[in-house]
Amino acid sequence: MLDAAPAPLVQVQDLKMHFPIYTGLFRKHTGDVKAVDGVSFDIMAGQTLGLVGESGCGKSTVGRAILRLYEPTAGRVVIDGDDVAKLAPEPLRRKRPTMQMVFQDPQASLNPRMTLAEIVSEPLDEHTSWTRDQKLERVYELMDQVGLNRRFVNRFPHEFSGGQRQRIGIARALALKPRFIVCDEPIAALDVSIQAQVVNLLEDLQEKLGLTYLFISHDLSMVRHLAQRVAVMYLGRIAELSPSKDLYRRPLHPYAEALLSAVNEPDPELASRRNRIILKGDVPSPANPPKGCNFCTRCPKVMDICRSIKPDLIEAEPGRLVACHLYGTTTAAGSTGASEANERNQQGETR
Amino acid sequence: MAEPAASVLDVRDLKTVFRTRGGEIHAVNDVNFHLKPGELLGVVGESGSGKSVTMMSLLRLLPAPPAEIRSGKVLLNGKDLLAMSDEELRTVRGAKIGFVFQDPMTSLNPVFTLGNQIMEPLIKHLKMSKVQAEARAVELLELVGIPDARRRLYQYPHQFSGGMRQRVMIAIALACDPDVLIADEPTTALDVTIQAQILELVKELRRKLGMAIIWITHDLGVIAGIADRVMVMYGGQIVEHAPVRELFANPQHPYTRALLQTIPRITGPRDTRLKVIEGQPPILNAPLTACPFRARCEYRFDTCDAVNPARRAIDAQPIGQGHDVACHWHAPARQEPAHA
Repeated sequence: MLDAAPAPLVQVQDLKMHFPIYTGLFRKHTGDVKAVDGVSFDIMAGQTLGLVGESGCGKSTVGRAILRLYEPTAGRVVIDGDDVAKLAPEPLRRKRPTMQMVFQDPQASLNPRMTLAEIVSEPLDEHTSWTRDQKLERVYELMDQVGLNRRFVNRFPHEFSGGQRQRIGIARALALKPRFIVCDEPIAALDVSIQAQVVNLLEDLQEKLGLTYLFISHDLSMVRHLAQRVAVMYLGRIAELSPSKDLYRRPLHPYAEALLSAVNEPDPELASRRNRIILKGDVPSPANPPKGCNFCTRCPKVMDICRSIKPDLIEAEPGRLVACHLYGTTTAAGSTGASEANERNQQGETR
Repeated sequence: MAEPAASVLDVRDLKTVFRTRGGEIHAVNDVNFHLKPGELLGVVGESGSGKSVTMMSLLRLLPAPPAEIRSGKVLLNGKDLLAMSDEELRTVRGAKIGFVFQDPMTSLNPVFTLGNQIMEPLIKHLKMSKVQAEARAVELLELVGIPDARRRLYQYPHQFSGGMRQRVMIAIALACDPDVLIADEPTTALDVTIQAQILELVKELRRKLGMAIIWITHDLGVIAGIADRVMVMYGGQIVEHAPVRELFANPQHPYTRALLQTIPRITGPRDTRLKVIEGQPPILNAPLTACPFRARCEYRFDTCDAVNPARRAIDAQPIGQGHDVACHWHAPARQEPAHA
């Protein structure tokens, strides 16, 4: 499980991203949408952390807040030694080349009036003082890396298919040789037969360039394929953070369990045998989350304590963090006692 | 070919083209299928494979021009929908055939209350009075699992969540007790846990009401869980058709096989590398004279470039009844390729 114990490249501690709500004539501050409410995790260098959850759970907001595309409300985001959440504008600008993003919708994230060459070399214009020829040379190199034909260099985004556009988005993210890339649902807008092409490309690049990914997705089977560890989010908080193989074999948090059981496997035999957990109702509004555990309104295993006290993210089993009252302090103490020297047990919550 | 007596819906040689400035797009090419009472037929394919256009063509819902239904018959209980006048067709749409669209956000009218939208088909088609229609609307909302139905009737679409809106769409489609329900990617825009709720609801409604359903999706996982029979579409034609278990256990078309292998699984061993279908789906700007999948096919041989394969039965049953496939590879006189 601790394959050569790689050091964390990204450390997120108690990250909060609240969006204020202003109402009334004087735009009085009357509340907050708590999109991300105390999230902590590490990503080891060269690995992939999967971040899964349903729409509105805050997973994309986490990705954007980490790269400081939003100004986080609170928390620390240490990427490669620097606390990105607190960097001043100029140091932040110099930091940007190490951390990049691949967006969900390649149609919307590429400027339709720029050619491929202009799109991919724009980061180079901003962060290098290279000559035109040097930049073009780098663009060609990137096109080779992501599998785009060099002849396409002067084409516009509308001349490409969805899969090719996503390759352009990836080439742009790679232009400045980043160490860390946030992939925000990079395959959600693509057809099934094209998804595999892009996923394989991401894996190849990771291996060749030693990249570290935060892979945000609602596709649980793709995350299983890609990620070493997976964080399951629900309503702005992490419900469970476990090594991928443990999570998929035996989810601990009731929400993770329900989410996995809702995935449709392409196998009619299995589908007829399987006992699905059908959750009742919808996700509550993040502007007005339930008082206790965020999942208490839909949880099939809800207890009294869940409605009054928010569970902390604790190590329920070695290497597995769960925020659920089912896994009380007694079991946690027992398993942490079996001193598994791993620094993954970082409790962000100290309230 | 099929048995017209036993099917509610019988589609024969349907061909739809779009006339565009860049020429004609052959979106649906000689599609044949039938639907028996009470069964659920799954239609699988990627975007652009012609699955939605086929279903829209059945009810002539496509704007014409640019769309043109060039040939074919759509027999609903023996009557040809394509030969009907617009007036007559209006008594079928929403009454005999219900439609559930993909995006519940855009397919409900935001300026009318839900009650209004559910009661509309009841008053128009079934000639109910307003009071009767209202009572029926409450019944329908309860049927699709919306709590507090009477109060909800006076609310607007924006007051409902995505899953709830899709339930409402289903309620509207079921309002006139249709023989056939066509659901076009009804769960694609929803989250997995909400998707599971809707799938469960549809299964239950089928048990209660017994209508026939055509379920369009690109998600093989969804199909595996609910369909009786499946047809796989590619390049505007049906490339494989089989009962659901047969299709997943014994896929015959290279496209179906590849598709099943590109999806990572949530159980079982973890694949080290995903299988890829290289290349892009075809652009259908000319009538098909060769196999549409040939450019991406690993079993391609000479005949594939020369002739568009017809559907051939691979079991003893007639085409459209059992397992059939449109691939030269399954021609009776085929040669096994060396690498197979």
